[in-house]
Amino acid sequence: MTQARALFSTPWIWSFVGAFVVWLATITFTGGVGGGGMLTAALSLAVFMVIVGVGQMFVITLGPGNVDLSLPANIGLASAVAMTVMNGQDSRIALGLLAALASGAAVGASNYLLIWALRIPPIIATLSASFIIHSIDIAFGRGLQIKPPPGFADFTNVQFFGIPVMAMLTVLFTIGAAIALNRMIYGRSVLAIGQNLRAAWLAGVSVGWIRFVTYTLCGTLGGLNGALLAGYFRGANVDIGNEYLLSSIAVVVIGGTSVAGGKANVPGIWGASLFLVLLLTMLNTFGVSAGVRLLLTGLIIVGVITAAGGDKALR
Amino acid sequence: MSAASAAIERTPVRPGSAARARMLRAMLPALSLALVVIAIAWLNPRAISYFGFNLMLNLAIPIALATIAQMFVIASNELDLSIGTFVGFVACITATWLRDAPLVGVLILLGSIGVYALLGALIHLRNLPSIVVTLGMSFVWQGLAILTLPTPGGKAPDWLSAIVSFKPPLVPFPIVAAVVIALVVHFGLMRTSYGAILRGSGGNPVALGRAGWSILRVKMTLFALAGLFGVLSGMTLVGITTAGDANIGNGYTLLAIAGVILGGGEFVGGRVSPIGAVLGALTLALAASPLLTFMKIPPDWQVAANGIILIVVLAARVLISRRER
Amino acid sequence: MSGARENIVRLDGVEKHFGAVRALDGVDFHVDAGECIGLVGHNGAGKSTLMHTLAGTLEPGRGRIAVRGTVEESYSVIRAKRLGIRCVFQELSLCPNLSVAENTRVNHPAIRGFGWRKRSAALIKAKLDEIFPGHGIDPWDIVSDLSIGKRQMVEVARAFTVTDDPLDLVILDEPTSSLDAHTAGQLLAFVRRFVASGKSCILISHLLGEILENADRIVVMRDGKVVATDAASSFDRERLVSTMGGADHREKPATPAEILARQAGPLRVRARPVRQSDGAELKAHEGEIIGLAGLAGHGQTDLLLAVFDAARGGKPDVEASAPVALVAGDRQTDGIFAQWSIAKNIGVRSLARLRNGLLISPRKEDEMAETWKQKIGIRTPDMDSNILSLSGGNQQKALFARALGSDAKIILMDDPMRGVDIGTKLEVYDLIREEAKGGRTFLWYTTETDELEHCDRVYVFRGGVIVASLNRGEVTEEKVIQSSFSEAS
Repeated sequence: MTQARALFSTPWIWSFVGAFVVWLATITFTGGVGGGGMLTAALSLAVFMVIVGVGQMFVITLGPGNVDLSLPANIGLASAVAMTVMNGQDSRIALGLLAALASGAAVGASNYLLIWALRIPPIIATLSASFIIHSIDIAFGRGLQIKPPPGFADFTNVQFFGIPVMAMLTVLFTIGAAIALNRMIYGRSVLAIGQNLRAAWLAGVSVGWIRFVTYTLCGTLGGLNGALLAGYFRGANVDIGNEYLLSSIAVVVIGGTSVAGGKANVPGIWGASLFLVLLLTMLNTFGVSAGVRLLLTGLIIVGVITAAGGDKALR
Repeated sequence: MSAASAAIERTPVRPGSAARARMLRAMLPALSLALVVIAIAWLNPRAISYFGFNLMLNLAIPIALATIAQMFVIASNELDLSIGTFVGFVACITATWLRDAPLVGVLILLGSIGVYALLGALIHLRNLPSIVVTLGMSFVWQGLAILTLPTPGGKAPDWLSAIVSFKPPLVPFPIVAAVVIALVVHFGLMRTSYGAILRGSGGNPVALGRAGWSILRVKMTLFALAGLFGVLSGMTLVGITTAGDANIGNGYTLLAIAGVILGGGEFVGGRVSPIGAVLGALTLALAASPLLTFMKIPPDWQVAANGIILIVVLAARVLISRRER
Repeated sequence: MSGARENIVRLDGVEKHFGAVRALDGVDFHVDAGECIGLVGHNGAGKSTLMHTLAGTLEPGRGRIAVRGTVEESYSVIRAKRLGIRCVFQELSLCPNLSVAENTRVNHPAIRGFGWRKRSAALIKAKLDEIFPGHGIDPWDIVSDLSIGKRQMVEVARAFTVTDDPLDLVILDEPTSSLDAHTAGQLLAFVRRFVASGKSCILISHLLGEILENADRIVVMRDGKVVATDAASSFDRERLVSTMGGADHREKPATPAEILARQAGPLRVRARPVRQSDGAELKAHEGEIIGLAGLAGHGQTDLLLAVFDAARGGKPDVEASAPVALVAGDRQTDGIFAQWSIAKNIGVRSLARLRNGLLISPRKEDEMAETWKQKIGIRTPDMDSNILSLSGGNQQKALFARALGSDAKIILMDDPMRGVDIGTKLEVYDLIREEAKGGRTFLWYTTETDELEHCDRVYVFRGGVIVASLNRGEVTEEKVIQSSFSEAS
């Protein structure tokens, strides 16, 4: 009983509960048809949110004002880079993935360079950077009609017993992220900086280095996401990452990470991603118009965060 | 001991050094604006004229109003990621209901200001992160805008078009309007006794509560003001473009944040400046399209140029404030 | 004592619980018109809770509050203000982004309408002039531009300004903690004048001398109870300390021979302040305790930070030849991680040594926490509970444990005993001497002259430069103060 209460007092459990409720509502509507397939599809799509969500989580945990707004542009560019380098050949998959990761890492590193050199808030730095990256992507990726190599496209869709392989790998990745967050010097340092940057510096944390690593990591994950998205959706696209600006932030916060920094939660990102994906699936199933869908999505996000309650730390 | 120490003069502090530093910091937004105007004058001297400014600052008024709206939210240590779609929503209402059934239109707009006040209350009472709440609200406003006006259209009320196309002698209307907006908000926020309380809520809310002020009321006031200026922004925007579009304001969220920061505002601590915010908005409005057109930047790279200009202006700001030390 | 005087406020059997902790355990307390009460006790004895109850910021769990004989049913901050009771809190309650005059307006709803700015500025200026002549504060200075000492002056002066609410009782919680001796003297003299005019004051301070000299009556608290109330004249330092429950045991200071031996040891730190134009520089050898003295905010902290930087990167003019750790004095902004447990707060400086392979070992972390809990005497049932569950003094002990538990050979202390009770202090002094014997070097900035007697050598700072260097035998309060105020020749 007390264990159950403890479980329900953890903020992230609600995102899983929410995901389950939405799924139930949808299969009730369809009369039980397609429940399993819906879960498979949801897992596949949630993977993309989880990957960028983890990167965004580390950034947001660095403290108030830290957020990466360049993810959509980064994802778009990386998708184009990956497709160009792979050039439709199975033999070049690894090379293409590496190129996408490098593109993302470069974006992340230059983000931090702007923050550090110009001493401007990350919101503005990553926003300005995203303008530039977006243009590079438009100039570079226009009319890019390269299909992903068949092996890569298949990999992003392959399943075992209805569970996408990509989802399994992402679960392993999130376990690694959770360990890095809670048990490694890197994670401890991020959490310390997020609570009190000055105190962290005075306690011997290499603040500059850790922040650099975090922004680079987030950029790299954006790059990975770009490549995977291009594989899954059969081609690169300038706008392929657009929805991940809002959803990467939303999954982090709904998942129980504190916007005030210093407190993060990895499992919650999975729950929140599934919740958001299933929510969209449900609204599509109900056949509502675009306006109503946006309206309901917004109201539900506000409703969820209100119900989950704030843990906004005092600033 | 106290007699001995009282007889000795205390360490002299450089008088007014803090005040001078503050003055310089306050001048930075104006310098940024001057930089952009000089660049335009250098590229195209003919642009520096009555008609030139009228044309170039065409969209400056709605941007300035949206920036002021964002500034009120930032003053209370929050952030509004929905102001852009809210401006779009207001534009759609203005182009439809306000023209066809003015009473209903006015009620809807007043109601939306009320929603803003309630958001402020919700964020305060439930201690919610404003980024997420307003992120959700941005979907809500956009959804409502699409439901109101599924495809671009409608028409601005005639009186509104008449106001925004007003041509005063000598000084172009956008400049007159910007000065009026800056002075009115400056007086209200920086010079009135309740304005001090509003700003104090960003500096030290706990102290304000101990002094007997209601933080709830302060937050609701600030959010309602944000809503009010968002409404004004959307209305003037429709007046200028003459028709509504659900996506018309989407870019304003980030422009408004950038404007506040460019204007010397800070994300936490209640440090904002209305005059700076308006200057920041003008800088961005000028940098966004006129400057780029004069520089003959190909369309592909216009977005990048925007980013570079933002970075250059901010870098200049860093250089100047470094010298000040 | 109270006799015929009017009773301003009276508490009967007030209790307050925070979870399982009894912060106030049946307190009877009263203040009469025209008296200054000194309130003392260790951190966690209940002083702050009592004060918050009087100020109306905390509701008492049980018991009665009566103001001028009338029992108050719904007592609040606003009600307290109406009744003329004000409080200057220990953590500053100014809005840093507002000017001094605007901050004054925050406390006075009556200052509004046309010309409010002028009236507000005049009000605070007059009061500052009255309490701190020669203060050098302009009403339009933004608070964040002021030094911490000046902020405290504004805070105190603001509490004594009057508009439409009456003013009968001011509660001052550690009002001199950020003031130098000169301004502290000005304030205490003003408090005496204030009390002489028939008003009342509650003075909370860890500086027992301040209490003994200025209070009419002293109230001692311990474990949430009032354990003694008596005229100030019947107390002396020893009786106060023993009533508070502090242990007073001191080791003999080191003999000159030992000091000389240490100076012959390897040099650990050599530093010259940035603005120092003559050849004076600070030197610290292995095993030495070096004091940094002078008025608050005269470059001592800057020098410590320069040494901190030097050990991690390298700086001209400053050499530090061993790892450093810093013990912060301003716990909230420089020290603690508010979301973490005590154990994590202690371990953060030593993460590399707490690892097993790549991962931090929870077992090693717990062991380190337990070791230091015993060694430094942190009073908590569980080192895994949040750091904020500790009283201020115990939080400070955790910060000491963080530094002393690390591999650092140079320990920098930035006035770490600010607002710490005397029992904690005595325990930590012993530990510092023991660690110095083990070969660690301490650079100790302190605003309390008493603490300088633990140092082998003391550098006195003024205006950002070293103006005097005193050896152990020469360190007296008089000498330090003299050097702090006059230019060294």
